[in-house]
Amino acid sequence: MVTLAKEFNEQLVYERPESLADVHTHYCPGCTHGTAHRLVAEVLDELGIREDTILVASVGCSVFSYRYFEVDACEAAHGRAPAMATGVKRVHPDKIVFTYQGDGDLASIGAGEILHAATRGEKITAIFVNNAIYGMTGGQMAPTTLIGQKTNSSPFGRDVELAGYPMRMAELLAMLGGTVYSVRRSLHDARHILQAKKAIKIAFEAQMMGLGFSIVELLSSCPTNWRMTPQEAVNWVRDAMLPYYPLGDYKVAEALQTKSGRGRP
Amino acid sequence: MARELLKGNVAFAEAAIRAGCEAYFGYPITPQTELLEHMSRRMIELDRVFLQAESELAAINMVYGAAVAGARAMTSSSSPGISLMQEGFSYIAASEVPAVIIDIMRGGPGLGNIQPSQGDYNQMTKSAGHGDFRPIVLAPATVQEAIDLTVLAFDLADKYRTLVFVIADGAIGQMMEPAELPPMRELTRERPSWALTGAKDREKNLISSLHLGAVELEALNIKLQEKLQHIERSNETRYDAQEVEDAELILVAFGTAARVAQTAVQRMRAEGLRVGLFRPITLWPYPRQALANLTAQAKGFLVVEMNAGQMLYDVREIVGAQIPVEFYGRMGGTIPMPDEVETAAREMLQKIASKTTAREGSNGHVS
Repeated sequence: MVTLAKEFNEQLVYERPESLADVHTHYCPGCTHGTAHRLVAEVLDELGIREDTILVASVGCSVFSYRYFEVDACEAAHGRAPAMATGVKRVHPDKIVFTYQGDGDLASIGAGEILHAATRGEKITAIFVNNAIYGMTGGQMAPTTLIGQKTNSSPFGRDVELAGYPMRMAELLAMLGGTVYSVRRSLHDARHILQAKKAIKIAFEAQMMGLGFSIVELLSSCPTNWRMTPQEAVNWVRDAMLPYYPLGDYKVAEALQTKSGRGRP
Repeated sequence: MARELLKGNVAFAEAAIRAGCEAYFGYPITPQTELLEHMSRRMIELDRVFLQAESELAAINMVYGAAVAGARAMTSSSSPGISLMQEGFSYIAASEVPAVIIDIMRGGPGLGNIQPSQGDYNQMTKSAGHGDFRPIVLAPATVQEAIDLTVLAFDLADKYRTLVFVIADGAIGQMMEPAELPPMRELTRERPSWALTGAKDREKNLISSLHLGAVELEALNIKLQEKLQHIERSNETRYDAQEVEDAELILVAFGTAARVAQTAVQRMRAEGLRVGLFRPITLWPYPRQALANLTAQAKGFLVVEMNAGQMLYDVREIVGAQIPVEFYGRMGGTIPMPDEVETAAREMLQKIASKTTAREGSNGHVS
């Protein structure tokens, strides 16, 4: 591929970020985890912080994220990434520490850890991938599964009498004192992907400025477990998820206002 | 350093600080809370890491994070909190990072009570979490030993990149005794080569307990087992033996139970009875050889514990079936009284004597 560019004297306009390892991922075709990885890696490159960054990976489909990011990394127990990241950051206050978590990990088994990391104002960044389902275990109901959504453990559709309501984490975490940046973005089309990248950058900048806890919730697709084609899946993000999970800036600390530029994506 | 009157829990905390503990994470639970309180003041004064976590689960995972970052890290708790931490113990063991845990044991099972107990013996020495691993387990019987063993715990944790527990019943955490603290070690804040410090001018470091391939995970297990065998062979066992040289009956006990047993032994010795005390200080690795050596002359062993008989099975396994091993214990946070232990010991001495007489009567043949 590189030789082609030389022969035709083409200019390189798109390459793998240094922060992203040159390996195949295990993600399914059409899954937006790959997109989220790429955005985070581009941001780490652009901010020049790759060599100072430590990733705390989680349990779920993103369990192998430590293989894909070219940064020092550890793998936390299910839901405990914010606690483990707290330990890392308190020892290395001068490093950039981020968690990469799915909705089962962050909103269900790790709800306590993320709430308290946020409320303490831990100077860490959480990249939160919400695809409304447990992917790694094969498509069970998550705390974010939509009302009526059929999964392998809600075969009749999520019933609020039985399983309650989907959790809106970006809104919830925005209410806590230690949170300086809490926003929701979506990865369902190019325009929204670019907006998501801007938010990820601000979240890391918030940490670099030592302001407090920052989180970006990313609405994502899971075509395999949703039993859809990749195109149907991103359409479902737009048509079914967006109405329940409105995109927006739920908290932007004053020091970040100029970076954010506006109060909505 | 001069001897001073110190409360057990405070002694544990101050010893950890002087041993170079850089990061402490904990959660309040009786009867260990003074340890956390002491840390909350001293660690901040010394510009080290102190954090009161939202749960024991979070606390142990913060320790895990600090450990992968290359710091000397510890937590402390009491029995129910230790149960909650088991997830983290297993991950830390699998990741081969050092960490120190102090367990000030209370009565169980369940919420139990806040009285002294030794009910976590099996949990700590045999089943500290899922999968195959063992922590090193140290058991002090005095406040001075609480200090000395806490310092040792950090050194052993670093030396073998393993989990080290110091376990004491609530009595040792709560009581005050004269003891001497070690001098303060300066923090080096040097990080081991495997620690996560940012991949600057080197390949990235990765610390994970995930090994999806069965053969790959078996290889890790073999490595962990070899490390445990190495520790067992490395002269790390510690014990205290009193009046055992000519003893017919040897009491075996650790922690507060050993102090009670010691009083019983001293009283009986005053009457000329041939009794002694064997007190393991390392519960894992267990001082197997030292105990086994006593079977040459002892005619019986009496295990005294503040539980339903947990170390009992280790003693029976080491001593073998030829020599009787009996048990006296109290549960639920009750501390046995010396006269109770004495009664049990005298009964056993009588059995030994009648057996010896029977043997002599039958011309030395064992019936």
